[in-house]
Amino acid sequence: MNTVNTVQQAVAALKQKRAWHWLEYLFWLGAAASVFLLPSQHALLTQIAIWSLFAISLDLLLGYAGIVSLGHAAYFGFGAYVAALFAINFYGEPVTGLLVAGIAAGLLGLVTSLLVLRGTDLTRLMVTLGIALVMYEIANQMSWLTGGADGLTGMPVNPVLGFFPIYFMAANAYAYVLVVCFVLFFVAKRIVHSPFGYSLRAIKGNPLRASSIGIPNNRRLIAVYTIAAAYAGIAGALLAQTTPVVSLTYIDFQRSADVLLMLIIGGTGYLYGGIIGSALFLVAQKFIGNVTPQYWEFWIGFALVVIALFARDRGVFSIYERISGALRSRKAKP
Amino acid sequence: MLTILFDGIAYGMLLFVIACGLAVTLGLMNFVNLAHGAFAMLGGYCAYVLVNFYGVPFFASLPVAFMFAAMIGLVAERTLYVHFYSRSHLEQVMFTIGLVFMVSALVDYFLGSQQRFINLPGYLQGRFDFFGVGIGKYRLLIILVCALIVIVLQLILGYTRFGSRLRAAVDDQRVARGLGINVNWVFALTFAVGCGLAGLGGALGAEILSLEPHFPLKFMIYFLIVVSVGGTSSITGPFLASILLGIGDVAGKYYAPRYGGFVIYTIMIVVLVLRPQGLFARGTAK
Amino acid sequence: MLRRSVLAALAATALAVGTVPAAAQETVKIGLIIPLTGPFTTTGKQLEAAARLYMQQNGTTIAGKKIELIVRDDAGRAENTARIAGELIANDKVSFLAGFGLTPLAMATAPIATNSKVPMVVMMAGTSIITERSPYIVRTSFTLGQSAVIIADWAAQNKIKKVVTLVTDYAPGHDAEKSFVDQFKSKGGETVESIRVPVQNPDFAPFLQRVLDAKPDALYVFTPSGVGSILMKQFVERGLDKSGIRLIGPGDITDDDILNGFGDAAIGVVTAHNYSTDHPSAKNKEYVAAFKKANAGMRPNFASVGGYDGIHLIYEALKKTGGKTDGDALLTAMKGFKWESPRGPISIDPETRDIIQTIYIRKVEKKNGELYNVEFASFPDVKDPVKAQKK
Repeated sequence: MNTVNTVQQAVAALKQKRAWHWLEYLFWLGAAASVFLLPSQHALLTQIAIWSLFAISLDLLLGYAGIVSLGHAAYFGFGAYVAALFAINFYGEPVTGLLVAGIAAGLLGLVTSLLVLRGTDLTRLMVTLGIALVMYEIANQMSWLTGGADGLTGMPVNPVLGFFPIYFMAANAYAYVLVVCFVLFFVAKRIVHSPFGYSLRAIKGNPLRASSIGIPNNRRLIAVYTIAAAYAGIAGALLAQTTPVVSLTYIDFQRSADVLLMLIIGGTGYLYGGIIGSALFLVAQKFIGNVTPQYWEFWIGFALVVIALFARDRGVFSIYERISGALRSRKAKP
Repeated sequence: MLTILFDGIAYGMLLFVIACGLAVTLGLMNFVNLAHGAFAMLGGYCAYVLVNFYGVPFFASLPVAFMFAAMIGLVAERTLYVHFYSRSHLEQVMFTIGLVFMVSALVDYFLGSQQRFINLPGYLQGRFDFFGVGIGKYRLLIILVCALIVIVLQLILGYTRFGSRLRAAVDDQRVARGLGINVNWVFALTFAVGCGLAGLGGALGAEILSLEPHFPLKFMIYFLIVVSVGGTSSITGPFLASILLGIGDVAGKYYAPRYGGFVIYTIMIVVLVLRPQGLFARGTAK
Repeated sequence: MLRRSVLAALAATALAVGTVPAAAQETVKIGLIIPLTGPFTTTGKQLEAAARLYMQQNGTTIAGKKIELIVRDDAGRAENTARIAGELIANDKVSFLAGFGLTPLAMATAPIATNSKVPMVVMMAGTSIITERSPYIVRTSFTLGQSAVIIADWAAQNKIKKVVTLVTDYAPGHDAEKSFVDQFKSKGGETVESIRVPVQNPDFAPFLQRVLDAKPDALYVFTPSGVGSILMKQFVERGLDKSGIRLIGPGDITDDDILNGFGDAAIGVVTAHNYSTDHPSAKNKEYVAAFKKANAGMRPNFASVGGYDGIHLIYEALKKTGGKTDGDALLTAMKGFKWESPRGPISIDPETRDIIQTIYIRKVEKKNGELYNVEFASFPDVKDPVKAQKK
């Protein structure tokens, strides 16, 4: 009798975690509304959406599987170049481009994931960094194909699915990007709340224990790395399609570092961290950058140090939690 | 080409002097300190200011650069780093990258973003011929100073009480504490010395590597390569790794300039995949 | 009653304040998009300083309109440049786009300029094809080909027969290499070896060793601004200067901004470029003095004149159109315009909208304890060679 209850309770608990909180509905409705309500900010919002997708892909690695990657831009940039070259040489329809970029980046992720399986955090940090640096060098040297430091231009952006034009139409482009992000977010949420997703968290928490209860660690890690790479590649392709130039900044270290920062600021392990972090980062950069560009670096460094000191996993929210927790405990004393 | 060998060794030793502090920190405290390059940069700028603005002789500025970086390291360790010893590697990465950004921004603000060069005394410039091998005077100096440092480090580690305490703490922190060794003090001192060495390396390397506010991020990859390939359980590991990388990088670029840039990254990836604990570490990964 | 009238008064004031845009018709805005963070900060700083200096010297009222400069940082990323350009045009209603520190940044903005019919003044980026990307692009900086071709001519005329080229392995380096090698060959010279150096390269030792082994008459070098100094130090350190190899290249390698830090290793290096802080004209002496005064002793370099002249071009174009901000009218005013810049006489080619200027051959010398690029030969009216060849 008791066993049945426990199983039912467990299933109910898991189902509840997977359910959508009303705040989430509100958020996505708000995002959809912004297509119509905030026309002057569409370019910025498009960038936030793309970085969010990129950050979510890193969250899959970092927040759920525990792989620290300093080179995730390798897949972002690779996807962007593939999408651009595909559009220039074959077919300029954007959704097809996304699929091709996603598959290509996923394959690259699959192959390189084998290098990331072994070793400690530091080893993985170094290997992912090394992979990204090698990819950067390749993109730079093959400038006959990629345009190198001058960039790759002349990419055609046909109407989406044949009828929805996005080239030079900020509102349409934003709507397109938002739809893609939502779809991929939805899929990511399903992945994360599936048995596969839970097995990843087990591996992150204690790899030895996870493998001892039968989880095939390596296979799971390879799978999540491939998915994360594919997502990053699609994000890169989106950026290529909305900015008619692909350059080495898509694949450089700064790109990998920035997305890691955004994810950290927003918090890892709950998917929204990537979105919140990107929004905060880009908006702050826009305002601080307009006032004093040189100070931006100092304050972002300062923010990181503060978050690292006081936060656990929830980025900026941990500071809020700390403060409210402290206030609550003070109030409790009569 | 013996000259290439000589150049590679000089370059490698420079990397070693800067990176050995990182190796010990990582091995001892299991702390990923990506801000290590910032201490090297601070030492370099210290020497720059002393030599170019106050006319201090170059050789006198070196120990000052060491002390300057060591002092900052000590203060940073006791106030900030100490909170992160038990935290996850990701948080350590966050914290140290944040530190690097702050230090880079401060240096940019106070000293400008242009590259800086230390005015070297005349007798250190140029080169001479030694049995047909061209020897750069400054590079020779680097090799001599670095060799001296390596010997001193080995002596300290092997023959002093502090050295044995350090080695004990690296091998097994808990047991070392249990034996009454003041591990916190060992940490602090080691960290400070590591930063001091980085500062000294920065001052020595300013001539070859060039000083500018983004120095820490530009060269971080090289220091990390030395440490991850060399392993963190000894001094000789990173030392041999630096020499190997220095020669490999230089030789790769000489014989195959088009692909020279890839050599160093490829070596690193291959080594890390085959032996994740480093090429020269003993035993299993911690 | 009182309450209602107060509310009405408040509403009226709000409306009046809210409709200030009436004044906007009298303001002409220039959007200056430059890299102020990231690896190309020094370029951005020079451009901004030069632009502000010009406006300070010449006032902010032209043809009855007030001129406003909006400066934005794009951190060297093309997606930011494009986004900011779009926002400046749509939200701030700028009449000019200016700046563009790198090629991809200009390329990304070109379609936006064409679409909105806004003149785009490229003040720094040097790749030839940029001006072909939009009929609204005008360049006031230089093209890589201009210096590469001229130094090749000079080398061929000065007993240099064998050259080794050493360039940084990235697109501008490849362009510089190609321009030089082709021109040098056409004048009877021989390029013995072409070495490409990785972008991330702290140590030139192995590459310089190869140069020494090849024993050329000269070494032609192209590297991004800061890297040249390390190269020069190591050039001297290895004794290449003593072995009779001359060091030549475009002026990027002896950037006035940092030249003093190179030390004596730089003395004797011969370069070709469009501007030297040492240029002996009265206008330049004034410019340098004013620039240094306004910027804590910072020397103006070749990037700064692109900014200074760009703003001048904008001002003059506005004067010609009588303050009208119609894009096509402004462009017509700009094409073919000639004037005296701190660097010398320059003009905008009416066919290609690219810059035509004098390229000087200079040697690094020490004057009054400081290092300068001292001009000793000049080639006037140099057009962009890549486009000229296409005809």
